[in-house]
Amino acid sequence: MTALVIRGGLLLDPGAGVEAPKDILIRDGHVAEVAAPGKLKGISGIEALDASGLVVAPGLIDMHVHLREPGQSHKETIASGTAAAAAGGFTAVATMPNTRPVNDSVETTRWMLEAERGAHVRVFPIAAATRGMKGEAINDYAALKSAGAVAVSDDGLPILKESVMREALSAAARVGLCVIQHAEDTRMTQGGTMNLGPASFRLGLRGMPAEAETSLVERDIRLVTELRDPRVHLHVAHISTAGALAAVRQARRNGLRVTCEVAPHHFLLTDEHVGFYNTNAKMCPPLRSAADRDALLQGLLDGVIDAIATDHAPHAVHEKEVEFDQAPNGILGLETSFGLALRWLHKEGKLPLSRVISLMSGQPAGLLGMKGRGALGVGSFGDAVIFDPKAEWSYKVAETRSKSKNTPFDGWTMQGKIRWTVSEGRVVYDSQA
Amino acid sequence: MPVFRWAAGNNLKPDRSPCAPVQIKPMNAAAPTLRRPLSTPPVLPSPFPYNSGSLLSVLHLNLEELSEVLTRATALEQMDPLERAKILAKRRVALLFYESSTRTRTSFELAAKALGADTTLVSNLSSSIEKGESLKDTGLTLRALGAETIILRHNSSGAPWLLEGETRLPILNAGDGMHEHPTQALLDLRTILAHLRAGATEVNAKTLEGVTVAIVGDILHSRVARSNMLLLPRLGAHVILCGPKALLPELAASAGPNIEIERDFEAALGRSQVINMLRIQAERLAGQQLDRDEYIAGYQLTGPRLAKFAPEAVVLHPGPIIRGLEITAGVADGAQSAILEQVTNGVAIRMAVVERAMKAQGGRA
Repeated sequence: MTALVIRGGLLLDPGAGVEAPKDILIRDGHVAEVAAPGKLKGISGIEALDASGLVVAPGLIDMHVHLREPGQSHKETIASGTAAAAAGGFTAVATMPNTRPVNDSVETTRWMLEAERGAHVRVFPIAAATRGMKGEAINDYAALKSAGAVAVSDDGLPILKESVMREALSAAARVGLCVIQHAEDTRMTQGGTMNLGPASFRLGLRGMPAEAETSLVERDIRLVTELRDPRVHLHVAHISTAGALAAVRQARRNGLRVTCEVAPHHFLLTDEHVGFYNTNAKMCPPLRSAADRDALLQGLLDGVIDAIATDHAPHAVHEKEVEFDQAPNGILGLETSFGLALRWLHKEGKLPLSRVISLMSGQPAGLLGMKGRGALGVGSFGDAVIFDPKAEWSYKVAETRSKSKNTPFDGWTMQGKIRWTVSEGRVVYDSQA
Repeated sequence: MPVFRWAAGNNLKPDRSPCAPVQIKPMNAAAPTLRRPLSTPPVLPSPFPYNSGSLLSVLHLNLEELSEVLTRATALEQMDPLERAKILAKRRVALLFYESSTRTRTSFELAAKALGADTTLVSNLSSSIEKGESLKDTGLTLRALGAETIILRHNSSGAPWLLEGETRLPILNAGDGMHEHPTQALLDLRTILAHLRAGATEVNAKTLEGVTVAIVGDILHSRVARSNMLLLPRLGAHVILCGPKALLPELAASAGPNIEIERDFEAALGRSQVINMLRIQAERLAGQQLDRDEYIAGYQLTGPRLAKFAPEAVVLHPGPIIRGLEITAGVADGAQSAILEQVTNGVAIRMAVVERAMKAQGGRA
């Protein structure tokens, strides 16, 4: 059947502790052989990618994206979103359930996975934690899992009711799923459109206090503690405050299964980057203070943060060209995440390349239980990103593969030019195609 | 090499294997220490205003431009009306109002007409805005109709920035949400200068040295307060913000230099030469409950309070005033009140800023 050789590159497989020149043979979607350069046998006639001077790493995994399908295909589709993912080096994306209808059913989950959706890379649906994401009745997690769901979440909305969250955590644990919480006590953020602080006062915008996130993360950690079940796994989505991160840090010291992800915009930007009402700097949770941003960067450098996830949230141009308080929340992320991470964490922050790859591949694969992904050993899926870690480039949103253009990073200098993205042995992105 | 697209039949079956336990590294119990200074992306300077004739914020006028506006306001006020009407004869100014207004709308309209301009009023209640037309499209339509300047009043903070970015016309901010009301701050300044500096129009960083201005009441929701607190300290004034916590958050003091918070109204009165009273913006309280009697007891400007603590001070109010709430009828109509002077000064200031905007568009002005 299909086969592909990746030749002459530097293999960087952090999970296996490999950082050495290797040739890789992928056959039928899986890694068949990894050998010293020039040592693969019987590969004549097989398609080969010349990765000389490039790094070959496990394909990136974004555990938090919104692909808007079904229901809002004017913003994005599974096909367009996964094309953007492939261009950004991703070979797997986990899609949040706030589609229309909400993905709270086996049927919708299966529909998203159908080949007719035209996905360029693997899609892993995250199912709604509660019926219709209303925060009241929990769904049938066993059925959703067997349909393909990799986690449950009401992302975009929090599960506020303590009894419901407790039940969700415990029911998800029984089937081996984590609950991903969008931690926002919406009783404290009514009418808020940006972080509460000097900038929101100056701009005359209603603020969302950091405590709205911190207090709900603390509440959820208390629930995990009370449940006393080692299978219970709470994952905090798009963590944005120093307080919430401190709570996660403490929970980890206490041995709890509490994990978190951070989005590039939250570890790079602050509420000052809202400038004068830039709706492409409006998202939820909002850009926070410099102290919060610095704490998140520190958390990435010292390891308490488990994953980088983009919260890729496309919105049509006309939907963002409105008054700030009327604009929808969210920005694109798939095409800029790796370039920003390499630029600001690796080059500026001196975080080793292998740590960046772990944060964007092996660790999210582990969090969502994606077997055979986030690694490039024999038997793993043939998912790889092949890139020049030193090359700088400039992001041009006009050339995006997404259907939307809502990014604050247009024109920004990125680091690490992707040459190819390979999904299960097939080239899904080729920078020179 | 052709780029592959997932096609029918290629999908794998869903992974049904049990979730692998997450490997969680034990955390180092020591508090994280910053090993090196973090490098982070800079905040780029704002491109606004795109049009040199715009007045979106009081921060868009430097002291020299401020002096020009004040000087020009006086000159235009004193000019022969027939001569004055030639300045912008038959040029087009649009007023775009998404909120009701008496003073601001009328004085902008009279100011533009006094300079000879044709004005048109578009209000959200009697236009295609009701049918769902966006601010961007409304602005582009007005531009296509020949408007050379748009005067915008909007209930969303920042709306003038959006309109300027989309139309690149001179935009005059006639009040945006809870954010700014720059012409109100300019007319307040003109009123203060008339009372305390003999009507000076050339200003510098020391013009208001030694002057303390109290801004009292609903600071949180007030665009008048923001514009005043950003403008007056630049001329050397000290600003005291005074009000209850629900209407005056502590972080208001961080808005700029020379701003302090004083919760005790009588203490604030005792230190101020100017007292700017604000209306409680019931329409923006967003569910907040406020005890009216408690507010009146703490913050109403009454005759006896004024006589006891600030017998020489000038009393301002941007209007509309709610007699019997933030201010008593006696004070509003009293000898220390400059409230109606403010209204009159509004026309002079707005003539100057409309002329400035139209000059930036070239033509005869």
